Amino acid sequence: MTTASAGAHEAHEHTHYTTTGLDNKKIAIWAFIGSECMLFGSLISTYLVYKGKSVVGPFPHDAWTSPAGQLFKPILNIPVTSASTFVLLMSSLFMVLALAAVENKGKPGYEGWQGSSKVWLAATALAGAVFLGFQAYEFTSFVHEGLTIRTNLFGTSFFTLTGFHGTHVAVGVLWLLSLLFIDIKRGLGPRDTINVDICALYWHFVDVVWIAIFTLVYLIK
Amino acid sequence: MATPATTAAHAPGASEDTGLWSWLTTVDHKKIGILYLYTALFYLMVGGLEAALIRTQLAKPNLSVVSAETYNQLFTMHGTTMVFLVVMPLSAAFFNYLIPLQIGARDVAFPRLNAFSYWVYALGGLFITLPIFFGVAPNGGWFGYAPLSGPTYGSGFNMDFWVLGLQILGISSLAAAFNFITTIINLRAPGMTLMRMPMFTWMSFVVQFLVILAFPVITAALFFLQFDRFFGTNFYVVQAGGDPLLWQHLFWVFGHPEVYILILPAFGLVSEVLPTNSRKPLFGYNVMAYSGMMIGFLGFGVWAHHMFAVGLGPVADSIFSLSTMLIGLPTGVKIFNWIATMYGGSLRFPASMKFAIGLIAMFTIGGISGVMHSSPPSDLQQTDTYFVVAHFHYVLYGGAMMGIFSGIYHYFPKITGRLMNERLGTWHFWLNFIGLNLTFFPMHFSGMLGMPRRIYTYDAGQGWELFNLMSTGGTYLLIVAGLVFAYNFFVSRAKGAVAGSDPWGAPTLEWSIPSPPPDYNFAQIPEVTSRYPLWDLKTPDRTAGLEHSHGDAGAIAAAHAVPVHEETERRTAKELGIPMPVNTIKPFMVALGIIVMFSGLIVLHAGKFPLAMATMLGGGAFMVASLYAWLTSPLE
Amino acid sequence: MSIERAHADHVHEHPTWKQYKWVALVLTVITAVEVWVYYTPFKDSPLFRPTLLAMSAVKFAIVVMYYMHLKYDHAIFRKLFVGPLIIAGCTLVAFLFLFGKVWIG
Repeated sequence: MTTASAGAHEAHEHTHYTTTGLDNKKIAIWAFIGSECMLFGSLISTYLVYKGKSVVGPFPHDAWTSPAGQLFKPILNIPVTSASTFVLLMSSLFMVLALAAVENKGKPGYEGWQGSSKVWLAATALAGAVFLGFQAYEFTSFVHEGLTIRTNLFGTSFFTLTGFHGTHVAVGVLWLLSLLFIDIKRGLGPRDTINVDICALYWHFVDVVWIAIFTLVYLIK
Repeated sequence: MATPATTAAHAPGASEDTGLWSWLTTVDHKKIGILYLYTALFYLMVGGLEAALIRTQLAKPNLSVVSAETYNQLFTMHGTTMVFLVVMPLSAAFFNYLIPLQIGARDVAFPRLNAFSYWVYALGGLFITLPIFFGVAPNGGWFGYAPLSGPTYGSGFNMDFWVLGLQILGISSLAAAFNFITTIINLRAPGMTLMRMPMFTWMSFVVQFLVILAFPVITAALFFLQFDRFFGTNFYVVQAGGDPLLWQHLFWVFGHPEVYILILPAFGLVSEVLPTNSRKPLFGYNVMAYSGMMIGFLGFGVWAHHMFAVGLGPVADSIFSLSTMLIGLPTGVKIFNWIATMYGGSLRFPASMKFAIGLIAMFTIGGISGVMHSSPPSDLQQTDTYFVVAHFHYVLYGGAMMGIFSGIYHYFPKITGRLMNERLGTWHFWLNFIGLNLTFFPMHFSGMLGMPRRIYTYDAGQGWELFNLMSTGGTYLLIVAGLVFAYNFFVSRAKGAVAGSDPWGAPTLEWSIPSPPPDYNFAQIPEVTSRYPLWDLKTPDRTAGLEHSHGDAGAIAAAHAVPVHEETERRTAKELGIPMPVNTIKPFMVALGIIVMFSGLIVLHAGKFPLAMATMLGGGAFMVASLYAWLTSPLE
Repeated sequence: MSIERAHADHVHEHPTWKQYKWVALVLTVITAVEVWVYYTPFKDSPLFRPTLLAMSAVKFAIVVMYYMHLKYDHAIFRKLFVGPLIIAGCTLVAFLFLFGKVWIG
């Protein structure tokens, strides 16, 4: 029974009556996502309010000279972040394919590796991990260039905003790996759709937050 | 499959079990509601004693009952306790107990998440309260303005407990809110459309949305403060270009919806009490529901009226002033609707009704002084004076607490099966009513005469002596009132008259089942055909003019629903074949893990890095492991 | 006002595989354009910000509608998401205004 399903067993949608006919978990995850809008809204607002208010460098979009006279380039690395953005976008594609594979398991058109939820769950988790790798690379290179969370307001608000997003990605990767583990152990099928669906909704939400961050933080000066 | 914990708790008749273990492991929304009730009443005593000390110190000029530093801790903890540990959890007690009963459900959508919310609250409450016994309680005000609460000006452990404690309590409120939103959307009995929900459930529904939208904002603001305090970031550091106003804005974007989080459940409770005791349907039900939503929505657009004094500029001042005046409209509509509900009714005045009418009167006074603050020029004179203290105590004590007392008198028989003593209830009401007016009304005058808030003492000769003495006397009277209530509560619980299922002749579903209700609530899910199902049954002429209709046949069949009826039999869930959630300790363990994890940051501040890391990682690992154990074990 | 009960079997139509891949392609193209624009002289145009914000909004909407299948799902989910999104958006704009990042009039 332990592995009978992933996620909370709080709702037995097939045995219990619900008013809307929808699953409790799905309503809860959407309410949660609504709540997350306010969390990231606050974080993004703070970043934007503090944009250009740093007293000392490094700056995101402008070159600056350190007190020692050394010239620094703008610190944001657009090519690398573009790559990681692309990876995260692709992870969303993998995620919908994973959900479709779980929902339609055994149906025609879902044979082979292309219809395997294991493949797509693994791919999604891997893409998430690669994104986190890019972020780790970005953070360490910033630290080498003299930007830490304590250096200036940009560092403070940048690391906090992207760090919160990264933490969400990390939680999502753990969630995906848990689903993958269950899938390998006993196989996920149509009756598990809801449990994969709520994970997918969370994952895509984390992706759309990044869509906003990429534009607001990286591309717009 | 099951851990030893669940097997132990799954003894037959676990619901009748009353041992400590049964309370630690319960997932029954009614027992969790009772836990909330007792815990919050305990904190009401704590917060009340803090108030008594504050007022004793201020009774006369230049007293030194407590030191200035202790005074700072007292007023900070009084506010924090009353808001986060008393009024919100008392409301949560009613959410838990009543929402499933009012909508005809057997439990909330996520029973274990519900237990988790309670345990996070209970442990988080201890986390933030205990430091006062060691003289390190939070001392920066319940609003924690940065940079006063930051590392430079608040270098002690005091504000650590506040920042982390609020963060912990936020987890509890958020988890509960997701739970109740889902419950109300998805577990209503067939025929219980949104516009047939009892008004308390309606107001609770609005409040849950306020929670999920307001708490993330304070969460973000607290993280910033936490980072400033523990990791040396610059969010509120002026030298680095940081803006202290950021904290104020974020705090009040949360803080203003928070005041509606505090008051709307009380509004909901009196909206149950007034029609029942007027023996007449609620006047203007739809408008009541819509004005609740309106208050909730507008509540997000008025926050900066807490900040007129910082100088936001004429445009911002005008916008926030107008929106604040606007929010007075739906609130005023409610007042008139309650009065119109009573008008022409066949009135009865049990203690619950007295408190409900008390709320209408007292909240109106507080509401009117609130509208006065909405005008920036007049606010500039009143801000940071005792006038504001008078205002928010009228709305929070005269409003929220009176409404909650009304609810306690009204629902005590449902919860315990016994009636509260009415004579003592009347004594409680009048002592409370006189005490509160004696305490808070003079504050309007001391405030207008210029007495600032949060000062620990004052010199004679400024015209404040009499008013302060009156306020202090009133506070002592409120304590006497509180003692009468406590005596009544405990004696009635043991020896009160047996209530029966529907002592008040009330119209809603919770009164159709025995008192106290069996663990499964409804042996058969009722099919609802109107707003006042029990009046349809018992006094049909009262509701004849209202809309009645049968719901979707498919839904009725799917829920095995039967027409609303009085349930008198008391059989066990097993006999009835109703699957019940299994008691479990895991939500408690997850909550414990969270508290330990947060405590690690206090250790970090103490400079013990390895121990701090061990505490945080240990707590985190314990939390994650318990969470996995929880999620992989079945509910029933 | 009442929330309609979904059909008992509630097989909401999901986008197909093909659609999913088209969506991915569109998202990739928009992202490519966003990055490309960043390296063109258009970067200094006053239209740069609005254009980028619009592109980002379109991507946001596409993911929410198709990948989060909000377009195909029960209306209650739309309300649960769009309501908070609007309040978050208004709060953000209010902050920019209050901190002097944007001016009215």
